[in-house]
Amino acid sequence: MSTHEAVQAGETPSFAAASVRARMRYQLIATMLSAPAIALMFLLLIGPVVAVLLLSFTDWSLGDSDFNWVDMATYQEMVEDDIFWKAIANTLIYVGIVIPGSIILGLGAALLIESVTVGRSFWRAVYFLPVMSTLIAMAVVWEFMLNAKFGMVSQVLGFFGVEAKSWLQEPDTALPALCLIAIWQALGFNMVLFMAGLTSIPRELHNAAEVDGVRSAWDRFWLVTWPLLTPVTMFVAIITAIRSFQVFDTVHVLTKGGPDNATMVLVYQIYQEGFEFFRSSYASALTVVFLGFIFLLTLFKVFVVERKVHYQ
Amino acid sequence: MRRIRFGEIIKQLVLVIGAIIILAPFYQMITTSLKAPSEIADGTLSPIPREWHAVQNYTEAFTATPLARYMLNGVIVTASIFILQVLIALPCAYALSKLRWWGREVVFGLVLFCLLIPPHAVAIPVYLMFHSIGILDSYAALIVPWTISVFGIFLMRQFFMTVPDDLVDAARMDGISELGIVWRVMLPTALPALTAFGIFSVIAHWNDYFWPLIVLSSREFYTPPLGISVFRNEEFGFEFGPLMAAATVIIAPLVIAFIVAQRRFIEGITLTGMK
Repeated sequence: MSTHEAVQAGETPSFAAASVRARMRYQLIATMLSAPAIALMFLLLIGPVVAVLLLSFTDWSLGDSDFNWVDMATYQEMVEDDIFWKAIANTLIYVGIVIPGSIILGLGAALLIESVTVGRSFWRAVYFLPVMSTLIAMAVVWEFMLNAKFGMVSQVLGFFGVEAKSWLQEPDTALPALCLIAIWQALGFNMVLFMAGLTSIPRELHNAAEVDGVRSAWDRFWLVTWPLLTPVTMFVAIITAIRSFQVFDTVHVLTKGGPDNATMVLVYQIYQEGFEFFRSSYASALTVVFLGFIFLLTLFKVFVVERKVHYQ
Repeated sequence: MRRIRFGEIIKQLVLVIGAIIILAPFYQMITTSLKAPSEIADGTLSPIPREWHAVQNYTEAFTATPLARYMLNGVIVTASIFILQVLIALPCAYALSKLRWWGREVVFGLVLFCLLIPPHAVAIPVYLMFHSIGILDSYAALIVPWTISVFGIFLMRQFFMTVPDDLVDAARMDGISELGIVWRVMLPTALPALTAFGIFSVIAHWNDYFWPLIVLSSREFYTPPLGISVFRNEEFGFEFGPLMAAATVIIAPLVIAFIVAQRRFIEGITLTGMK
Protein backbone atom coordinates (compact mmCIF):
# COMPACT_ATOMS: atom_id res chain seq x y z
CA MET A 1 0.00 0.00 0.00
CA SER A 2 2.92 2.32 0.60
CA THR A 3 3.32 3.10 -3.15
CA HIS A 4 -0.23 4.38 -3.38
CA GLU A 5 0.23 6.45 -0.31
CA ALA A 6 3.51 7.82 -1.62
CA VAL A 7 2.01 8.78 -5.00
CA GLN A 8 -1.07 10.29 -3.42
CA ALA A 9 1.07 12.27 -1.06
CA GLY A 10 2.67 13.87 -4.11
CA GLU A 11 6.06 12.25 -3.85
CA THR A 12 8.20 12.30 -6.95
CA PRO A 13 7.84 9.20 -9.16
CA SER A 14 11.45 8.20 -8.59
CA PHE A 15 10.79 8.06 -4.89
CA ALA A 16 7.73 5.93 -5.55
CA ALA A 17 9.88 3.62 -7.69
CA ALA A 18 12.40 3.35 -4.87
CA SER A 19 9.55 2.52 -2.58
CA VAL A 20 8.42 -0.25 -4.93
CA ARG A 21 11.94 -1.62 -4.82
CA ALA A 22 11.92 -1.39 -1.03
CA ARG A 23 8.61 -3.20 -0.93
CA MET A 24 9.94 -5.94 -3.19
CA ARG A 25 12.95 -6.24 -0.97
CA TYR A 26 10.88 -6.59 2.19
CA GLN A 27 8.57 -9.03 0.45
CA LEU A 28 11.58 -11.19 -0.34
CA ILE A 29 13.07 -10.87 3.14
CA ALA A 30 9.78 -11.63 4.89
CA THR A 31 9.17 -14.65 2.69
CA MET A 32 12.62 -15.97 3.36
CA LEU A 33 12.34 -15.40 7.10
CA SER A 34 9.06 -17.25 7.34
CA ALA A 35 9.71 -19.90 4.68
CA PRO A 36 11.07 -22.58 7.06
CA ALA A 37 8.13 -22.15 9.41
CA ILE A 38 5.59 -22.18 6.57
CA ALA A 39 7.13 -25.28 4.99
CA LEU A 40 7.16 -27.17 8.29
CA MET A 41 3.59 -26.11 9.05
CA PHE A 42 2.46 -27.71 5.81
CA LEU A 43 4.67 -30.76 6.19
CA LEU A 44 3.97 -31.56 9.84
CA LEU A 45 0.57 -30.05 10.67
CA ILE A 46 -1.71 -29.03 7.81
CA GLY A 47 -0.63 -31.80 5.44
CA PRO A 48 -1.09 -34.53 8.05
CA VAL A 49 -4.55 -33.23 9.00
CA VAL A 50 -5.58 -33.41 5.35
CA ALA A 51 -3.98 -36.87 5.11
CA VAL A 52 -5.94 -38.11 8.12
CA LEU A 53 -9.13 -36.89 6.50
CA LEU A 54 -8.32 -38.64 3.20
CA LEU A 55 -7.14 -41.84 4.89
CA SER A 56 -10.40 -42.12 6.76
CA PHE A 57 -12.20 -42.61 3.41
CA THR A 58 -9.94 -45.51 2.37
CA ASP A 59 -9.45 -49.09 3.53
CA TRP A 60 -5.67 -48.77 3.77
CA SER A 61 -3.61 -50.40 6.51
CA LEU A 62 0.10 -49.97 7.10
CA GLY A 63 1.91 -52.48 4.89
CA ASP A 64 -0.78 -52.65 2.18
CA SER A 65 0.55 -52.01 -1.31
CA ASP A 66 -2.64 -50.38 -2.59
CA PHE A 67 -5.93 -49.09 -1.29
CA ASN A 68 -9.54 -48.45 -2.29
CA TRP A 69 -11.74 -45.47 -1.70
CA VAL A 70 -14.56 -46.77 0.43
CA ASP A 71 -16.61 -43.60 1.01
CA MET A 72 -18.16 -43.74 4.44
CA ALA A 73 -17.59 -47.46 5.07
CA THR A 74 -14.96 -46.83 7.74
CA TYR A 75 -17.30 -44.46 9.54
CA GLN A 76 -20.08 -47.01 9.17
CA GLU A 77 -17.83 -49.54 10.88
CA MET A 78 -17.08 -47.01 13.59
CA VAL A 79 -20.73 -46.31 14.33
CA GLU A 80 -21.31 -50.05 14.73
CA ASP A 81 -18.26 -50.50 16.94
CA ASP A 82 -19.23 -50.89 20.59
CA ILE A 83 -15.71 -50.09 21.75
CA PHE A 84 -15.89 -46.73 19.97
CA TRP A 85 -19.05 -45.77 21.83
CA LYS A 86 -17.53 -47.03 25.06
CA ALA A 87 -14.46 -44.85 24.38
CA ILE A 88 -16.61 -41.78 23.67
CA ALA A 89 -18.71 -42.35 26.80
CA ASN A 90 -15.64 -42.90 28.99
CA THR A 91 -13.88 -39.84 27.60
CA LEU A 92 -16.95 -37.69 28.27
CA ILE A 93 -17.33 -39.09 31.80
CA TYR A 94 -13.64 -38.47 32.43
CA VAL A 95 -13.84 -34.89 31.14
CA GLY A 96 -17.10 -34.40 33.04
CA ILE A 97 -15.48 -35.39 36.33
CA VAL A 98 -12.09 -33.72 35.86
CA ILE A 99 -13.51 -30.31 34.88
CA PRO A 100 -15.61 -29.64 38.00
CA GLY A 101 -13.13 -31.45 40.27
CA SER A 102 -10.06 -29.53 39.20
CA ILE A 103 -11.93 -26.22 38.89
CA ILE A 104 -13.60 -26.26 42.29
CA LEU A 105 -10.43 -27.38 44.05
CA GLY A 106 -8.22 -25.06 41.97
CA LEU A 107 -10.45 -22.06 42.66
CA GLY A 108 -10.71 -23.01 46.33
CA ALA A 109 -6.93 -23.21 46.63
CA ALA A 110 -6.49 -19.89 44.79
CA LEU A 111 -9.01 -18.07 47.02
CA LEU A 112 -7.56 -19.53 50.22
CA ILE A 113 -3.98 -18.75 49.28
CA GLU A 114 -4.83 -15.19 48.20
CA SER A 115 -6.62 -14.54 51.49
CA VAL A 116 -4.00 -15.72 53.98
CA THR A 117 -1.35 -13.35 55.26
CA VAL A 118 1.62 -15.70 55.68
CA GLY A 119 3.14 -18.30 53.43
CA ARG A 120 1.45 -17.42 50.15
CA SER A 121 4.30 -18.24 47.80
CA PHE A 122 5.09 -21.38 49.81
CA TRP A 123 1.55 -22.72 49.46
CA ARG A 124 1.42 -21.79 45.82
CA ALA A 125 4.60 -23.76 45.16
CA VAL A 126 3.30 -26.79 47.07
CA TYR A 127 0.01 -26.94 45.18
CA PHE A 128 1.78 -26.36 41.88
CA LEU A 129 4.33 -29.14 42.37
CA PRO A 130 2.29 -31.91 40.64
CA VAL A 131 2.07 -29.80 37.45
CA MET A 132 5.85 -29.91 37.23
CA SER A 133 6.22 -33.62 37.79
CA THR A 134 6.54 -36.10 34.95
CA LEU A 135 3.07 -37.64 34.77
CA ILE A 136 4.35 -41.09 33.82
CA ALA A 137 6.62 -41.25 36.86
CA MET A 138 3.82 -40.03 39.11
CA ALA A 139 1.39 -42.50 37.54
CA VAL A 140 3.73 -45.30 38.59
CA VAL A 141 3.77 -43.81 42.09
CA TRP A 142 -0.01 -43.57 42.14
CA GLU A 143 -0.26 -47.19 41.09
CA PHE A 144 1.78 -48.04 44.16
CA MET A 145 -0.35 -45.72 46.33
CA LEU A 146 -3.49 -47.47 45.09
CA ASN A 147 -2.02 -50.94 45.61
CA ALA A 148 -4.52 -52.94 47.66
CA LYS A 149 -1.91 -54.52 49.97
CA PHE A 150 0.61 -51.86 50.91
CA GLY A 151 -0.49 -48.68 49.17
CA MET A 152 -1.06 -45.55 51.22
CA VAL A 153 -4.60 -44.94 49.93
CA SER A 154 -5.83 -48.37 50.94
CA GLN A 155 -4.24 -48.01 54.36
CA VAL A 156 -5.77 -44.62 55.01
CA LEU A 157 -9.18 -45.74 53.76
CA GLY A 158 -8.83 -48.89 55.82
CA PHE A 159 -8.43 -46.65 58.87
CA PHE A 160 -11.88 -45.25 58.06
CA GLY A 161 -13.30 -48.72 57.57
CA VAL A 162 -13.36 -48.74 53.77
CA GLU A 163 -12.34 -52.11 52.40
CA ALA A 164 -9.18 -52.08 50.30
CA LYS A 165 -9.33 -53.26 46.73
CA SER A 166 -7.28 -53.08 43.57
CA TRP A 167 -8.83 -49.81 42.51
CA LEU A 168 -7.23 -49.79 39.07
CA GLN A 169 -8.26 -53.36 38.28
CA GLU A 170 -11.93 -53.08 39.19
CA PRO A 171 -14.31 -52.06 36.36
CA ASP A 172 -16.28 -49.64 38.53
CA THR A 173 -13.32 -47.87 40.19
CA ALA A 174 -10.65 -47.81 37.46
CA LEU A 175 -11.98 -44.75 35.62
CA PRO A 176 -12.65 -42.76 38.82
CA ALA A 177 -9.10 -43.61 39.95
CA LEU A 178 -7.72 -42.13 36.71
CA CYS A 179 -9.90 -39.04 37.24
CA LEU A 180 -8.46 -38.69 40.73
CA ILE A 181 -4.91 -38.67 39.35
CA ALA A 182 -5.90 -36.12 36.68
CA ILE A 183 -7.54 -33.81 39.21
CA TRP A 184 -4.51 -34.10 41.48
CA GLN A 185 -2.34 -32.96 38.60
CA ALA A 186 -4.57 -30.29 37.03
CA LEU A 187 -5.60 -28.56 40.25
CA GLY A 188 -2.40 -26.53 40.61
CA PHE A 189 -2.46 -25.50 36.97
CA ASN A 190 -6.02 -24.18 37.27
CA MET A 191 -5.10 -22.55 40.55
CA VAL A 192 -2.45 -20.31 38.97
CA LEU A 193 -4.84 -19.39 36.14
CA PHE A 194 -7.43 -18.37 38.74
CA MET A 195 -4.79 -16.41 40.66
CA ALA A 196 -4.05 -14.44 37.49
CA GLY A 197 -7.80 -13.77 37.20
CA LEU A 198 -8.15 -12.79 40.85
CA THR A 199 -5.42 -10.16 40.71
CA SER A 200 -7.38 -8.35 38.00
CA ILE A 201 -10.29 -7.75 40.40
CA PRO A 202 -9.81 -4.36 42.06
CA ARG A 203 -9.61 -4.44 45.86
CA GLU A 204 -11.82 -1.35 46.07
CA LEU A 205 -14.79 -3.44 44.97
CA HIS A 206 -14.41 -5.63 48.04
CA ASN A 207 -14.00 -2.62 50.29
CA ALA A 208 -17.04 -0.96 48.70
CA ALA A 209 -19.13 -4.06 49.31
CA GLU A 210 -17.96 -4.16 52.89
CA VAL A 211 -18.88 -0.51 53.41
CA ASP A 212 -22.30 -1.24 51.88
CA GLY A 213 -22.87 -3.80 54.60
CA VAL A 214 -21.87 -7.05 52.94
CA ARG A 215 -20.11 -8.37 56.01
CA SER A 216 -19.29 -12.00 55.48
CA ALA A 217 -16.53 -13.06 53.14
CA TRP A 218 -18.88 -15.73 51.80
CA ASP A 219 -21.45 -13.11 50.66
CA ARG A 220 -18.72 -10.91 49.22
CA PHE A 221 -17.48 -13.87 47.20
CA TRP A 222 -20.87 -14.48 45.59
CA LEU A 223 -21.62 -10.78 45.16
CA VAL A 224 -18.29 -9.46 43.90
CA THR A 225 -15.70 -12.10 43.12
CA TRP A 226 -17.78 -14.78 41.44
CA PRO A 227 -19.53 -12.60 38.81
CA LEU A 228 -16.15 -11.16 37.80
CA LEU A 229 -14.55 -14.60 37.80
CA THR A 230 -17.21 -16.29 35.65
CA PRO A 231 -15.47 -15.55 32.33
CA VAL A 232 -12.15 -16.78 33.74
CA THR A 233 -13.89 -19.90 34.99
CA MET A 234 -15.37 -20.58 31.56
CA PHE A 235 -11.94 -20.15 30.08
CA VAL A 236 -10.32 -22.51 32.57
CA ALA A 237 -13.11 -25.04 32.00
CA ILE A 238 -12.48 -25.10 28.25
CA ILE A 239 -8.73 -25.43 28.69
CA THR A 240 -9.26 -28.28 31.14
CA ALA A 241 -11.69 -29.91 28.71
CA ILE A 242 -9.22 -29.72 25.83
CA ARG A 243 -6.42 -31.12 27.97
CA SER A 244 -8.45 -33.93 29.50
CA PHE A 245 -9.89 -34.91 26.15
CA GLN A 246 -6.35 -35.93 25.25
CA VAL A 247 -5.94 -38.30 28.20
CA PHE A 248 -3.60 -41.11 27.25
CA ASP A 249 -0.50 -41.46 29.47
CA THR A 250 -2.15 -42.75 32.62
CA VAL A 251 -4.42 -45.09 30.64
CA HIS A 252 -1.50 -46.62 28.78
CA VAL A 253 0.68 -47.12 31.83
CA LEU A 254 -1.93 -48.13 34.40
CA THR A 255 -4.90 -49.84 32.78
CA LYS A 256 -4.38 -50.35 29.03
CA GLY A 257 -8.00 -49.40 28.56
CA GLY A 258 -9.16 -52.22 30.83
CA PRO A 259 -10.57 -53.90 32.75
CA ASP A 260 -13.13 -54.87 30.13
CA ASN A 261 -12.79 -51.51 28.34
CA ALA A 262 -13.77 -49.67 31.52
CA THR A 263 -11.03 -47.09 30.84
CA MET A 264 -11.03 -47.20 27.04
CA VAL A 265 -10.78 -43.57 25.94
CA LEU A 266 -10.66 -41.97 22.50
CA VAL A 267 -6.92 -41.30 22.18
CA TYR A 268 -6.13 -44.74 23.58
CA GLN A 269 -8.34 -46.34 20.96
CA ILE A 270 -6.61 -44.27 18.26
CA TYR A 271 -3.28 -45.52 19.59
CA GLN A 272 -4.41 -49.16 19.61
CA GLU A 273 -5.91 -49.12 16.14
CA GLY A 274 -3.15 -47.02 14.62
CA PHE A 275 -0.02 -48.31 16.29
CA GLU A 276 -0.81 -51.75 17.66
CA PHE A 277 -3.21 -53.15 15.03
CA PHE A 278 -1.88 -50.81 12.29
CA ARG A 279 -5.39 -50.28 10.92
CA SER A 280 -4.48 -46.84 9.64
CA SER A 281 -7.80 -45.98 8.00
CA TYR A 282 -9.88 -46.86 11.05
CA ALA A 283 -7.49 -44.98 13.35
CA SER A 284 -7.78 -42.00 10.97
CA ALA A 285 -11.56 -42.01 11.18
CA LEU A 286 -11.30 -42.04 14.98
CA THR A 287 -8.81 -39.17 14.74
CA VAL A 288 -11.29 -37.16 12.66
CA VAL A 289 -13.87 -37.55 15.43
CA PHE A 290 -11.27 -36.55 18.01
CA LEU A 291 -10.30 -33.50 15.95
CA GLY A 292 -13.97 -32.57 15.63
CA PHE A 293 -14.34 -32.45 19.40
CA ILE A 294 -11.16 -30.41 19.85
CA PHE A 295 -12.14 -27.94 17.09
CA LEU A 296 -15.58 -27.44 18.62
CA LEU A 297 -14.11 -26.79 22.05
CA THR A 298 -11.50 -24.39 20.67
CA LEU A 299 -14.00 -22.48 18.54
CA PHE A 300 -16.24 -22.18 21.57
CA LYS A 301 -13.26 -20.80 23.49
CA VAL A 302 -12.34 -18.30 20.77
CA PHE A 303 -15.81 -17.04 19.92
CA VAL A 304 -17.70 -17.24 23.18
CA VAL A 305 -15.32 -17.28 26.10
CA GLU A 306 -12.46 -15.04 25.00
CA ARG A 307 -14.86 -12.37 23.81
CA LYS A 308 -16.43 -12.25 27.24
CA VAL A 309 -13.07 -12.22 28.97
CA HIS A 310 -12.01 -9.19 26.96
CA TYR A 311 -15.22 -7.28 27.53
CA GLN A 312 -15.35 -7.75 31.26
CA MET B 1 -9.06 -8.52 65.56
CA ARG B 2 -9.44 -11.90 67.25
CA ARG B 3 -11.95 -12.98 64.62
CA ILE B 4 -9.52 -12.27 61.78
CA ARG B 5 -6.80 -14.21 63.58
CA PHE B 6 -9.17 -17.13 64.00
CA GLY B 7 -10.08 -17.06 60.32
CA GLU B 8 -6.44 -17.10 59.37
CA ILE B 9 -5.79 -20.18 61.52
CA ILE B 10 -8.72 -22.06 59.96
CA LYS B 11 -7.52 -21.18 56.44
CA GLN B 12 -3.97 -22.27 57.21
CA LEU B 13 -5.32 -25.54 58.61
CA VAL B 14 -7.32 -26.21 55.45
CA LEU B 15 -4.23 -25.44 53.35
CA VAL B 16 -2.18 -27.87 55.45
CA ILE B 17 -4.71 -30.66 54.92
CA GLY B 18 -4.82 -29.98 51.19
CA ALA B 19 -1.03 -29.93 51.03
CA ILE B 20 -0.81 -33.30 52.80
CA ILE B 21 -2.97 -34.84 50.05
CA ILE B 22 -1.04 -33.07 47.28
CA LEU B 23 2.31 -34.14 48.68
CA ALA B 24 1.31 -37.68 49.66
CA PRO B 25 2.54 -39.28 46.40
CA PHE B 26 5.89 -37.51 46.72
CA TYR B 27 6.14 -38.67 50.32
CA GLN B 28 5.36 -42.24 49.38
CA MET B 29 7.78 -42.11 46.46
CA ILE B 30 10.75 -40.75 48.41
CA THR B 31 10.27 -42.78 51.60
CA THR B 32 9.79 -46.00 49.63
CA SER B 33 12.96 -45.31 47.66
CA LEU B 34 14.88 -45.44 50.96
CA LYS B 35 13.44 -48.69 52.33
CA ALA B 36 14.24 -52.39 52.07
CA PRO B 37 11.79 -54.72 50.28
CA SER B 38 10.69 -56.39 53.52
CA GLU B 39 9.76 -53.06 55.06
CA ILE B 40 7.91 -51.93 51.93
CA ALA B 41 5.88 -55.14 52.03
CA ASP B 42 4.83 -54.33 55.59
CA GLY B 43 3.30 -51.16 54.23
CA THR B 44 4.57 -48.86 56.95
CA LEU B 45 4.16 -45.14 56.37
CA SER B 46 7.01 -44.06 58.63
CA PRO B 47 9.32 -41.45 57.13
CA ILE B 48 12.52 -43.01 58.52
CA PRO B 49 13.37 -46.48 57.25
CA ARG B 50 14.11 -49.15 59.89
CA GLU B 51 17.06 -50.15 57.80
CA TRP B 52 18.51 -47.72 55.25
CA HIS B 53 18.34 -49.20 51.78
CA ALA B 54 18.78 -46.01 49.77
CA VAL B 55 22.16 -46.86 48.30
CA GLN B 56 21.00 -50.28 47.12
CA ASN B 57 17.78 -48.91 45.61
CA TYR B 58 19.38 -46.01 43.74
CA THR B 59 22.30 -48.16 42.60
CA GLU B 60 19.87 -50.73 41.29
CA ALA B 61 17.85 -48.02 39.51
CA PHE B 62 20.98 -46.89 37.65
CA THR B 63 22.47 -50.33 36.96
CA ALA B 64 19.50 -52.58 36.19
CA THR B 65 18.50 -50.19 33.40
CA PRO B 66 20.46 -47.49 31.57
CA LEU B 67 18.73 -44.73 33.55
CA ALA B 68 21.62 -42.30 33.03
CA ARG B 69 21.35 -42.88 29.29
CA TYR B 70 17.62 -42.16 29.37
CA MET B 71 18.26 -38.92 31.24
CA LEU B 72 20.94 -37.92 28.75
CA ASN B 73 18.54 -38.68 25.88
CA GLY B 74 15.94 -36.51 27.58
CA VAL B 75 18.41 -33.62 27.75
CA ILE B 76 19.55 -34.05 24.13
CA VAL B 77 16.00 -34.23 22.81
CA THR B 78 14.47 -31.38 24.82
CA ALA B 79 17.45 -29.09 24.18
CA SER B 80 17.50 -29.81 20.43
CA ILE B 81 13.76 -29.27 20.16
CA PHE B 82 13.89 -25.93 21.94
CA ILE B 83 16.87 -24.62 19.93
CA LEU B 84 15.27 -25.59 16.61
CA GLN B 85 11.91 -24.15 17.65
CA VAL B 86 13.57 -20.82 18.39
CA LEU B 87 15.61 -20.83 15.16
CA ILE B 88 12.46 -21.43 13.10
CA ALA B 89 9.84 -19.49 15.05
CA LEU B 90 11.64 -16.23 15.78
CA PRO B 91 12.34 -15.09 12.18
CA CYS B 92 8.75 -15.93 11.27
CA ALA B 93 7.39 -14.07 14.30
CA TYR B 94 9.52 -11.07 13.33
CA ALA B 95 8.22 -11.11 9.75
CA LEU B 96 4.66 -11.36 11.05
CA SER B 97 5.00 -8.47 13.45
CA LYS B 98 7.50 -5.97 12.07
CA LEU B 99 7.49 -6.30 8.27
CA ARG B 100 4.74 -5.35 5.84
CA TRP B 101 4.38 -7.89 3.08
CA TRP B 102 1.89 -9.62 0.88
CA GLY B 103 0.64 -12.82 2.49
CA ARG B 104 1.25 -11.78 6.08
CA GLU B 105 -2.42 -12.11 7.04
CA VAL B 106 -2.66 -15.50 5.33
CA VAL B 107 0.39 -16.86 7.12
CA PHE B 108 -0.86 -15.58 10.44
CA GLY B 109 -4.21 -17.23 9.70
CA LEU B 110 -2.38 -20.50 9.11
CA VAL B 111 -0.60 -20.12 12.43
CA LEU B 112 -3.94 -19.61 14.20
CA PHE B 113 -5.41 -22.62 12.43
CA CYS B 114 -2.43 -24.80 13.37
CA LEU B 115 -2.87 -23.79 17.02
CA LEU B 116 -6.06 -25.85 16.93
CA ILE B 117 -4.31 -29.07 15.96
CA PRO B 118 -3.53 -31.36 18.91
CA PRO B 119 -0.35 -33.46 18.58
CA HIS B 120 -2.23 -36.78 18.67
CA ALA B 121 -4.19 -35.81 15.56
CA VAL B 122 -1.18 -35.74 13.24
CA ALA B 123 0.53 -38.80 14.71
CA ILE B 124 -0.62 -41.32 12.08
CA PRO B 125 0.47 -39.46 8.92
CA VAL B 126 3.72 -38.25 10.49
CA TYR B 127 4.43 -41.80 11.61
CA LEU B 128 3.72 -43.12 8.09
CA MET B 129 5.92 -40.42 6.59
CA PHE B 130 8.82 -41.26 8.93
CA HIS B 131 8.27 -44.94 8.24
CA SER B 132 8.53 -44.42 4.49
CA ILE B 133 11.70 -42.34 4.68
CA GLY B 134 13.13 -44.73 7.26
CA ILE B 135 13.82 -42.43 10.20
CA LEU B 136 11.63 -44.11 12.80
CA ASP B 137 13.53 -45.13 15.91
CA SER B 138 16.10 -42.33 15.94
CA TYR B 139 16.78 -38.98 17.57
CA ALA B 140 15.45 -37.35 14.41
CA ALA B 141 12.10 -39.09 14.87
CA LEU B 142 11.88 -37.67 18.38
CA ILE B 143 12.91 -34.14 17.43
CA VAL B 144 11.68 -33.31 13.91
CA PRO B 145 7.90 -33.30 14.54
CA TRP B 146 8.29 -30.61 17.21
CA THR B 147 10.64 -28.28 15.34
CA ILE B 148 7.66 -26.19 14.29
CA SER B 149 5.97 -24.58 17.25
CA VAL B 150 3.05 -22.48 16.06
CA PHE B 151 2.47 -21.59 19.66
CA GLY B 152 6.00 -20.22 19.83
CA ILE B 153 5.40 -18.15 16.69
CA PHE B 154 2.14 -16.84 18.11
CA LEU B 155 3.60 -15.99 21.50
CA MET B 156 6.71 -14.28 20.11
CA ARG B 157 4.67 -12.35 17.54
CA GLN B 158 2.43 -10.99 20.30
CA PHE B 159 5.52 -9.95 22.19
CA PHE B 160 7.31 -8.42 19.19
CA MET B 161 4.23 -6.28 18.49
CA THR B 162 4.96 -4.40 21.71
CA VAL B 163 8.57 -3.65 20.71
CA PRO B 164 8.79 -0.05 19.36
CA ASP B 165 9.36 0.26 15.59
CA ASP B 166 12.00 2.91 16.31
CA LEU B 167 14.25 0.25 17.72
CA VAL B 168 14.05 -1.70 14.45
CA ASP B 169 14.54 1.44 12.33
CA ALA B 170 17.56 2.48 14.38
CA ALA B 171 19.09 -0.95 13.83
CA ARG B 172 18.50 -0.63 10.07
CA MET B 173 20.21 2.77 10.12
CA ASP B 174 23.18 1.08 11.74
CA GLY B 175 23.29 -1.25 8.76
CA ILE B 176 22.23 -4.42 10.57
CA SER B 177 20.63 -6.98 8.26
CA GLU B 178 17.06 -8.12 8.86
CA LEU B 179 18.18 -11.50 10.13
CA GLY B 180 20.70 -9.68 12.33
CA ILE B 181 17.84 -7.60 13.75
CA VAL B 182 15.99 -10.80 14.72
CA TRP B 183 18.91 -12.14 16.73
CA ARG B 184 20.67 -9.00 17.93
CA VAL B 185 17.76 -6.63 18.56
CA MET B 186 14.52 -8.58 18.94
CA LEU B 187 15.88 -11.61 20.79
CA PRO B 188 17.43 -9.65 23.68
CA THR B 189 14.27 -7.60 24.20
CA ALA B 190 12.14 -10.73 24.08
CA LEU B 191 14.09 -12.70 26.68
CA PRO B 192 11.24 -12.80 29.26
CA ALA B 193 8.79 -14.18 26.70
CA LEU B 194 11.41 -16.54 25.36
CA THR B 195 12.13 -17.84 28.87
CA ALA B 196 8.43 -18.50 29.40
CA PHE B 197 8.24 -20.33 26.10
CA GLY B 198 11.40 -22.29 26.92
CA ILE B 199 9.98 -23.45 30.24
CA PHE B 200 6.78 -24.50 28.50
CA SER B 201 8.66 -26.33 25.76
CA VAL B 202 11.08 -28.15 28.05
CA ILE B 203 8.33 -29.32 30.42
CA ALA B 204 6.17 -30.51 27.53
CA HIS B 205 8.90 -32.52 25.85
CA TRP B 206 10.70 -33.83 28.92
CA ASN B 207 7.36 -35.27 30.02
CA ASP B 208 6.08 -36.37 26.62
CA TYR B 209 5.17 -40.04 26.45
CA PHE B 210 2.85 -40.57 23.48
CA TRP B 211 5.22 -39.75 20.64
CA PRO B 212 8.41 -41.50 21.92
CA LEU B 213 6.24 -44.54 22.66
CA ILE B 214 5.07 -44.67 19.06
CA VAL B 215 8.29 -44.07 17.14
CA LEU B 216 10.90 -45.83 19.30
CA SER B 217 11.77 -49.47 19.51
CA SER B 218 15.44 -49.34 20.58
CA ARG B 219 16.31 -48.74 24.19
CA GLU B 220 19.24 -46.52 23.26
CA PHE B 221 16.91 -43.65 22.28
CA TYR B 222 14.47 -43.95 25.21
CA THR B 223 13.56 -40.77 27.04
CA PRO B 224 12.88 -40.80 30.82
CA PRO B 225 9.08 -41.31 30.72
CA LEU B 226 9.44 -44.26 28.37
CA GLY B 227 12.29 -45.60 30.47
CA ILE B 228 10.26 -45.66 33.65
CA SER B 229 7.24 -47.30 32.08
CA VAL B 230 9.46 -50.08 30.75
CA PHE B 231 11.11 -50.45 34.17
CA ARG B 232 7.79 -51.00 35.71
CA ASN B 233 6.79 -53.62 33.17
CA GLU B 234 9.95 -55.63 32.98
CA GLU B 235 12.96 -55.12 35.17
CA PHE B 236 11.40 -54.50 38.51
CA GLY B 237 7.88 -55.83 38.51
CA PHE B 238 7.11 -55.57 42.19
CA GLU B 239 10.44 -54.26 43.34
CA PHE B 240 9.07 -50.95 44.46
CA GLY B 241 12.25 -49.63 46.09
CA PRO B 242 14.32 -49.25 42.91
CA LEU B 243 11.21 -48.26 40.92
CA MET B 244 10.46 -45.37 43.28
CA ALA B 245 14.16 -44.43 43.23
CA ALA B 246 14.00 -44.20 39.43
CA ALA B 247 10.81 -42.11 39.59
CA THR B 248 12.52 -39.75 42.05
CA VAL B 249 15.52 -39.36 39.74
CA ILE B 250 13.32 -38.65 36.71
CA ILE B 251 11.17 -35.94 38.26
CA ALA B 252 14.09 -34.38 40.16
CA PRO B 253 15.54 -32.06 37.44
CA LEU B 254 12.30 -30.19 36.76
CA VAL B 255 11.21 -30.10 40.39
CA ILE B 256 14.57 -28.73 41.51
CA ALA B 257 14.55 -26.14 38.72
CA PHE B 258 11.03 -25.20 39.77
CA ILE B 259 11.96 -24.76 43.42
CA VAL B 260 14.93 -22.58 42.46
CA ALA B 261 13.02 -20.36 40.01
CA GLN B 262 9.47 -20.73 41.24
CA ARG B 263 8.17 -17.37 40.11
CA ARG B 264 9.52 -17.70 36.57
CA PHE B 265 8.04 -21.17 36.19
CA ILE B 266 4.59 -20.15 37.36
CA GLU B 267 4.63 -17.02 35.18
CA GLY B 268 5.72 -19.11 32.22
CA ILE B 269 3.01 -21.69 32.73
CA THR B 270 0.33 -19.06 33.31
CA LEU B 271 1.31 -17.20 30.17
CA THR B 272 1.45 -20.32 28.07
CA GLY B 273 -1.66 -21.71 29.73
CA MET B 274 -3.55 -18.92 28.05
CA LYS B 275 -2.92 -20.76 24.78
